[in-house]
Amino acid sequence: MILSIVRTGFLNLRRDRGALMLSFVVPIAFFSIFAGIFGSRGGGLNPVSVAVVDEDRSEVSQRLVKALEDESGLRAAAAPEAAKGAAPVPYDSRSAEAAVHAGDVSVAVVIPKGFGNSPTGFSGPGGARLRLLTDSSDPVAAQVVFGLIQKAAIQSMPDLLTSEEMRMLDRLSGGLTPGQRARIDSTVVRLREYVARRGTRPIAGTKSEIEPLSGGLISAEIRDVVGENKKNPLVAFYAAGIGVMFLLFSASAAGGAILDESESGTLDRILSSRVTMTNLLLGKWVYAALLGFTQLTVMFLWGAFAFQVELFKHLDGFLIMATATVLASSGLGLLLATSCKTRAQLGALTTLVVLVMSALGGSMVPRFIMPEALQKVGLVTFNAWAIDGFTKVFWREEPVSHLWPQVLVLVGAAALFFAIARRLARRWEVA
Amino acid sequence: MLRPMNPPLRIESLVKSYGSRSALSGVSLEVKEGEILGLLGPNGAGKTTLIRCVVGRVVPNSGSISIFGEGVGSPSTRARTGYIPQEIALYPRLTAGENLDVFGRYAGLGGEALAASAQSCLTWAGLAERAKEPVMKLSGGMKRRLNMAAGLLHKPRLILLDEPTTGVDPQSRQRIYAMVEQLRQDGVSVIYTTHYMEEAERLCDRVAIIDNGKIIALGTQAELVRQSFGTQCELWLHFDGEAAPTHAAWASARGGTRNGSSFRFTVTDPAAEIAEILESARAESVLIRDLSFRAPNLESVFLHLTGRALRE
Repeated sequence: MILSIVRTGFLNLRRDRGALMLSFVVPIAFFSIFAGIFGSRGGGLNPVSVAVVDEDRSEVSQRLVKALEDESGLRAAAAPEAAKGAAPVPYDSRSAEAAVHAGDVSVAVVIPKGFGNSPTGFSGPGGARLRLLTDSSDPVAAQVVFGLIQKAAIQSMPDLLTSEEMRMLDRLSGGLTPGQRARIDSTVVRLREYVARRGTRPIAGTKSEIEPLSGGLISAEIRDVVGENKKNPLVAFYAAGIGVMFLLFSASAAGGAILDESESGTLDRILSSRVTMTNLLLGKWVYAALLGFTQLTVMFLWGAFAFQVELFKHLDGFLIMATATVLASSGLGLLLATSCKTRAQLGALTTLVVLVMSALGGSMVPRFIMPEALQKVGLVTFNAWAIDGFTKVFWREEPVSHLWPQVLVLVGAAALFFAIARRLARRWEVA
Repeated sequence: MLRPMNPPLRIESLVKSYGSRSALSGVSLEVKEGEILGLLGPNGAGKTTLIRCVVGRVVPNSGSISIFGEGVGSPSTRARTGYIPQEIALYPRLTAGENLDVFGRYAGLGGEALAASAQSCLTWAGLAERAKEPVMKLSGGMKRRLNMAAGLLHKPRLILLDEPTTGVDPQSRQRIYAMVEQLRQDGVSVIYTTHYMEEAERLCDRVAIIDNGKIIALGTQAELVRQSFGTQCELWLHFDGEAAPTHAAWASARGGTRNGSSFRFTVTDPAAEIAEILESARAESVLIRDLSFRAPNLESVFLHLTGRALRE
């Protein structure tokens, strides 16, 4: 008897493609995406992209720049990629800050004038300190860069660091003996020779030589240039990410009304009245878009009141992005609905598509922490474009004129989704 | 000179196939002004396909349909045609009044005209007091009536009623009959599909009998009976279930045809022939449980034409 019940269960499951998909395809798809994000192909985190500005132009600063460029944990560059044939223009502090703002690099390191005269923090508050311009949506990047600067400094200028340290020691200890000073000078010479021999290659296996110099030698001033005045930095990002994900669910449910109408015979009645299929789909599209717009507005209003999202400060950008996003999401909802035969089928397909798109497109995990290849794959989802647009508005505080790529993609996607849905709906028009 | 009026509906040589299965095989018929034409046939005979062709939801392979002289699907044709599908084609979460408002707008009505039409349709359906009730809370019969009302908001002159009494209790059925009779008084033309013979007999001016996608008879009830039976009547002898097969040879020798545990005899001179049959039964010890005598009806016509009962 129990066996019969088990058999019936499997028979039903075999016939129910939606349930089969939810049981096997969705978990595998999710596992693969998250393994891709966090497994990162066994290579740990992505290199952090850094813009380096050398205002000092001393021998010391150039050694540090070279060391940062050679550091495998960073993707440091003193100039942005130039157009084909054009000479690269080095970053200055303003263009580097703009690059952080635009999200082109995660951090900018500014080496100020006078840094070469006193590279360590030993000389006290008067010394020239490095400036780190960061994006507070990626707090890990700032810490990683700061740590790797210490490493780069140790590797590239151990001689200078030792001299500096000893000068400090000499001053603080009331004077070294001539013998001590001679030994220290000889160590500094050896370190300089060592650096000259080795260049700035990583120093694996030479740990004992740098041990005395390890520690926070290079001091830096860290400043968030994006989100510096925000009270709750990541909320706008999550409002957009979660908002877009749920827009997709509600758009699919709204579009699915056409399946109910088909099943109940209401569609027959509607299409034998003055309503055409194009009218009907346009009506459903506009309805789903208005519903989605209301949803996003409520979400951001709640964000504004409960989590200090600056909705009213960026109302124009919000209106533009919300409109483009809901047009695309409601278009996709219609496309999903018209490609299914039953509500159950639609439910299963929606779960699969929405969750995969949300995972890839950055609704669940920010795309900047994903491997680069996966970040690019994410761009096939419109979640990514929508979130990028909202991030530009609320996070990077860019002018609305900068939203055109996102708006173009979202509106284009909306038109494409609608066109395909209209084509698929032909099956209901006549038999 | 008077221009000849176009009939509400003229169908000529309509053919529709789904793959190798033929749904309509050369159907021709005409509905006259103010007439209720019954389309009578068993399930799967092609009634709904024919109706769906008329409202443009099915495209025929060949043949033609004209509605008041115009082709299917034009705006003026849609405005003059009312389609009431077999299913309860309503929004269950909306109230009765909201449903009528929605379908009235889809039919091109608005403002006061819509409000007045919705009110008159609710009254016609006997649902004026249930206007604010969600459809899902109405009884089956009420839903059916509202389903009919939703198709008549724009005051069509040709109404296509597809099995409007399916799944309805006898009391509600009577109410629906009264609503259809009201339509007759209003002078609209109606195609009424059904597989209930008594509905066709009660409501329809003429009846088209459809079977396997073909119109096998068309006329008034009296005409159809006369064509099939002339002045003949039917004598039905009913037997106990077990006894009937043993009497088949006896009945067959006297022209009787078996239908379950009964045999049907066609008689032209009832007084003489009935006495003769009963005498023969007594002589051969055939035990009759019950007998009935009746004039042939549409069911008899269908049985006569197809060799099987309407609801088989």
